[in-house]
Amino acid sequence: MQAEVQEHPLSKYLRPATIPHIWCPGCGNGIVLNCFVHALDELKVDLDKLVTVSGIGCIGRAAGYLNTDSFHTTHGRSLAFASGVKLANPELNVVVLSGDGDLFAIGGNHFIHAARRNMGLKVICANNFNYGMTGGQQGPTTPLEAITATSPYGNIEHPFNLVHLAAASGAVYVARWTTLHVRRLTQSIKKALLKDGFCFIEVISPCPEIFGRRNRMKSGLETMAWYKRASSVESFSDPAKAEISADRIVVGEFVDIEKLSYEKLLHEKISQINEKAMELVT
Amino acid sequence: MPERIKHEPLDSKDLKHPIAEIHLIKDQCKGCGYCIEFCPKKVFEESDEINARGVHPPRIVDENKCILCRFCTAVCPDFAIYVIERTSEEAVKA
Amino acid sequence: MSQKRSLLTGAHFLNGDVACAEGAIAAGCRFFAGYPITPATEIAEHLSERMPEFGGIYVQMEDEIASMAAVIGASYSGLKAMTATSGPGFSLMQENIGLAVMTEAPCVVVDIMRGGPSTGQPTEPGQQDVMQAKWGSHGDYGTIALAPCSVQEMFDLTVEAFNLSELYRVPALLMGDEIVAHMWEKVVIPPPDKVKRINRKQPNVAPSEYKPFKPEEDLVPPMACFGEGYHFHATGLTHNEAGYPQTTSSEVQSRLVHRLCDKINRNADKIVKVERVLLDDADIVVVAYGIVARAALSAVRKARMEGIKAGLLRLITLWPFPEEHVARAAKQAKMIIVPEMNCGQMVREVERAAKTTPVSFLSKLGEDPHTPVEILNAIKGGGS
Repeated sequence: MQAEVQEHPLSKYLRPATIPHIWCPGCGNGIVLNCFVHALDELKVDLDKLVTVSGIGCIGRAAGYLNTDSFHTTHGRSLAFASGVKLANPELNVVVLSGDGDLFAIGGNHFIHAARRNMGLKVICANNFNYGMTGGQQGPTTPLEAITATSPYGNIEHPFNLVHLAAASGAVYVARWTTLHVRRLTQSIKKALLKDGFCFIEVISPCPEIFGRRNRMKSGLETMAWYKRASSVESFSDPAKAEISADRIVVGEFVDIEKLSYEKLLHEKISQINEKAMELVT
Repeated sequence: MPERIKHEPLDSKDLKHPIAEIHLIKDQCKGCGYCIEFCPKKVFEESDEINARGVHPPRIVDENKCILCRFCTAVCPDFAIYVIERTSEEAVKA
Repeated sequence: MSQKRSLLTGAHFLNGDVACAEGAIAAGCRFFAGYPITPATEIAEHLSERMPEFGGIYVQMEDEIASMAAVIGASYSGLKAMTATSGPGFSLMQENIGLAVMTEAPCVVVDIMRGGPSTGQPTEPGQQDVMQAKWGSHGDYGTIALAPCSVQEMFDLTVEAFNLSELYRVPALLMGDEIVAHMWEKVVIPPPDKVKRINRKQPNVAPSEYKPFKPEEDLVPPMACFGEGYHFHATGLTHNEAGYPQTTSSEVQSRLVHRLCDKINRNADKIVKVERVLLDDADIVVVAYGIVARAALSAVRKARMEGIKAGLLRLITLWPFPEEHVARAAKQAKMIIVPEMNCGQMVREVERAAKTTPVSFLSKLGEDPHTPVEILNAIKGGGS
């Protein structure tokens, strides 16, 4: 049975008249958004206290599609902006949706410091191995020898291992999934939303029209076939060895530790200072 | 009752058999094919019709095969498909 | 000790940076994100100590770009937020100052100007960033920039900057210089109830009807904050009144960008402040701002003692440029003299507003501003 104009049960999490979104057929960003919204629904998150921040890029449009307070920052600066939001009002649940270039090239410095500080931000990185929005230029996660708009002879830069970088920088929760692992991705997002401190989830995501087309995966289905063939769930293995190659995509949860978040530490300190002041005054 | 089940379960009258109601928002579909490819019960195939976006949306082959895993709902990048559960007592006796 | 968690009400002997920091607190600033840079570091250091006493947040970000981004974030979360920097950091902040302008985020950016360009002379004064205060970020927009000339003004104009930023939903820039920031003078700080504080306009419609960039008659939209249930979107992309990107409509671009400029220009009469000294019958008018204005004041007084009808127009507001004040002074004057610690920046605006009245420019770079005698000689020499 098919209904014509029935409301998708998760449509209340999306801004009306923004769907259908601008993303290409098969784009992983749509799946990231879908899993995120599933997680919100399963946790019954209070949308009034949720703020979504996105950077520049295709995934950057995600904040505009969600029915929450949202902000679309300048390129690479979403973590710094989000830090200001969270510190000013720690009651808010602040989620950053951004891409591999935005978070790790221009935003690299902000990423390592936000992770180091253990700022209570939940970061979902849609990693499609290139700068999709601007036509598919190479980025910090582009695999060696991949063809992109600015590496027409094959990329000669070694890519980052994002989960290794996040773990080394001090994130308390680090996971990597592909857009095929929809259930586990949703579970990871739920975990991150409930956890104190800096959480990072890398989502390997198809970019069929641009990256895929140039690298012998011209449809989303072919990209997902790669994920299916090559993915290996190896939770809590060494993130430094979590490779991404033609034959192996190591996914799983890599870090899940407890460490007091920056904003909790800060507000504790403020209370201590003020208690001391009261003692001196009285 | 399928043949392989020799005795009727004692609680068969209380059992509610989930029945799937699959909803396709056809004009929102961009034709990526994920639901068709990844449905564990092969409930879908590509249809011949062309939707408002100029692509072939999926077509339900047999809704009764659906086991309500909702993988299609989770993997659709365009929020173009969702599955609702209907329960039916009559279905148990089928 | 009992002064902790309260304003430093009373008379004090402070340096400019500290006065600025105290001004921020008095104005209600409860968020500071910054990065150390001479000669603004003392603002950060003082606020790292004082902010927690008021339950406010001091965070040292990894660079000036992050500082400005965090300030906008905190502003959107409802706090009055500020950062402080000098030339090199001011350059780094420009992109995000543009973001603050585009998303109409009230905030204050303090630039304690030093010798430039580039790393320049970190411990020496300059007035080389004043044009950058208006044109520093790409695109067309308006900002508000104030130039303090004393430690008292470092306090007062910081409060004023916060109020203007809240009133007009715009980043307000406090353009100090190294001397005003590092010198020590008497500051009188009023009690909390005597400090004028203006807060941003709150929305007056239900969340479902709220449009974050729909202006009222004064061209300023009321501002909701995160966490209040408004579920609004803000973006640096050109956007419509609902806040959603509209990157291909000429009409939306025209309407938005013109409004961002008009918001400041059309309200200039309410924003602009100048100080007029001995101007009513002045033949020779010195137009100056910041630390240089103090030497100019002395020069003008000396000139009067020698019988020369000199007067001083001190620009307290640099942007929007006090056109009408300068034009008025130019009409009566035979000559305008503009001393600046740069190679000629505000003098261009003065020339534009003065039209046919001759304008003479006195440049001085390095560790000392113009001396009163140097400006007096220019007055006596008919401007040379």
